[in-house]
Amino acid sequence: MAPKAWADMTPAERRAWRIDKWRNPDIEWASPEAEEEYKARVDRILAAINLEKPDRVPVRLNMGFWPAKSGGLTAYEAMSDAPRAVKAWKDFNLKFQPDASVDPLHNTVPGAMFEALGYKLYSWPGHGVSKEASYQYVEREWMVPEDYDELIADPANFMLRTYLPRTVEGFAGFADFPPLLDFIELPFVFGSVGVWGSDEMAAGLQRLAEAARVLNEWGKVVFPAMGELMALGFPPYAGSGTKAPFDILGDTLRGTKGVIVDMFRYPEKVLAACESLVQTALDWPLKRGAVSPTIPLVFIPLHKGADGFMSDEQFHTFYWPTLRKLLLGLIDEGMIPFLFAEGRYNTRLEAIMDLPKASTVWLFDQSDMARAKETIGTIACIQGNMPLSLLHAGTAEQVAEHTRKLIDIAGKDGGFILDIGAVADEGKDENLEVMIKTAKEYGVY
Amino acid sequence: MAHELVEAMANMKEKEALQIVDDMLARGEDPNMILDLSSQAMQVVGERYQEGTYFLPELIMSGEMVKRIGEVLKPLLAAKTDQTKKLGIVVLGTVRGDIHDIGKDIVGFMLEVNGFEVHDIGIDQPEANFVQAVKDHQPQVLALSGFLSVAFDSMKSTIAEVEAAGLRTNLKVIIGGGQMDDTVRKYTGADAYGDDAMAAVAFAKEAVGVA
Repeated sequence: MAPKAWADMTPAERRAWRIDKWRNPDIEWASPEAEEEYKARVDRILAAINLEKPDRVPVRLNMGFWPAKSGGLTAYEAMSDAPRAVKAWKDFNLKFQPDASVDPLHNTVPGAMFEALGYKLYSWPGHGVSKEASYQYVEREWMVPEDYDELIADPANFMLRTYLPRTVEGFAGFADFPPLLDFIELPFVFGSVGVWGSDEMAAGLQRLAEAARVLNEWGKVVFPAMGELMALGFPPYAGSGTKAPFDILGDTLRGTKGVIVDMFRYPEKVLAACESLVQTALDWPLKRGAVSPTIPLVFIPLHKGADGFMSDEQFHTFYWPTLRKLLLGLIDEGMIPFLFAEGRYNTRLEAIMDLPKASTVWLFDQSDMARAKETIGTIACIQGNMPLSLLHAGTAEQVAEHTRKLIDIAGKDGGFILDIGAVADEGKDENLEVMIKTAKEYGVY
Repeated sequence: MAHELVEAMANMKEKEALQIVDDMLARGEDPNMILDLSSQAMQVVGERYQEGTYFLPELIMSGEMVKRIGEVLKPLLAAKTDQTKKLGIVVLGTVRGDIHDIGKDIVGFMLEVNGFEVHDIGIDQPEANFVQAVKDHQPQVLALSGFLSVAFDSMKSTIAEVEAAGLRTNLKVIIGGGQMDDTVRKYTGADAYGDDAMAAVAFAKEAVGVA
């Protein structure tokens, strides 16, 4: 429990509370050394976030399916054989000793669960893409322009009654979900009960139950493995995630083309939808119950606001205002937004400085780190950006040289976490080893 | 001074552009001329993109406008094949294992407005389909797109198979998208990598000797 009522705590007190829970988890450690290592790692990461100099540059690894491939598993096997998968992930952490755990959570959720759900938003290994490829979003206009008013009025209602029935077969029956107010008056209740017996609803509920069964079996293997990683001294990095309101709309509701055309055809609807989605985006990490409310970092991948995806004017009109509101809302709750600026953000580096100091972390993909250091880096920790191409196809010496360069430029005076610029699904283990070794030796302050 | 239709389209005024088209047709003007004006507008959009004043949204929006105008004109146009002399032929596609298409589509758009005949074979295309497309269309340029690291190896094997089929001699290969850089270019055996759609246009022009 928090020391005093959450509502009475300042944002700084909330952050301190979360950090304390993250740094001092109530677990059984594998050894006293593991506990010491865990805390040293958290302190190292925190110093960087606070724009101070840690003992050395922290190393975090932006990993997709790499640990699976490194352990001899295809992406398909990672998503269908949990015991082998968690072993691969554990071996990976023990071998590479990163400062934050590379956890198996997001790359081992069983394909069978998505099959059971009838999930149409993505292709995954062996289902729409080859068994070797990673999961990828299926770009469609799942939401049509006529849906804007319903979304704006109540995003949750839109998700339940319109969006999910279109995108997840298990939810098909919810298209006819009756008004919930039926339940508050006895003579009206009958009107809301029959739907649960419809063929579509009954079949859907069966699918959802089967998905939950598959997930629970998986969880029995994966959750203890995640706990074990902590006990072995690897702190988890982000405990939850959310997205920029414009990206929620543009990635998985309207799609890239849809949202872009809407910016010209119905700009006021796009703006109203983004405003309406701010609270939904805030609730996403905050209303998770007991899952992981304590790990302060909230992962936020950024897509449609990158260089080239829109003009500065469009960024300032459509993208940034509601993203900033979301960030301030999270900061107010004691969270530390961890933003992954995919692609390039060179033209946005000044704009994103309009935030409180030492309150966010920015992982850059291909942005210019020298400029990032001089701009956003003066108010926030920057992270990145070893090119995935070098780890995959470069030489060990190239990797070492690039690591030193990053530490010199972005690591100067602290406030920097070394990471890979893109989600890594594969690459040369020996190159990764060189990157980490160089950081641990050359990155000492 | 550009025609008002070109102005409207180039400035993203969709409603205005469609109204102008309606008015022109009501006056009995030649639908082919309207089509030509649309192409001119696309040229302007392409130029502004190249200059850095337009971005992805304007490319997509102008494509949408052309599509809508095309729908209006279609019943009025005799089946007419495009007789314009093309600068060259490009085969374009996203490689095996990768289903991303936005970057590929922009490259296709920019190549077309710059005068190339583009054969876009789609996403997640196995090596054999690229080989077949090169055989069928005899392009000067093969452009391979990919966003994920899975594309590194697919690009490498695609280029190897095109070469093994004896089709590389008069063919230049460019890769682009996501994480592509010079390290990946060397790894895959491509002739060049492109950071953006303009790089693909410059490369294609050089390949056909009009740079």
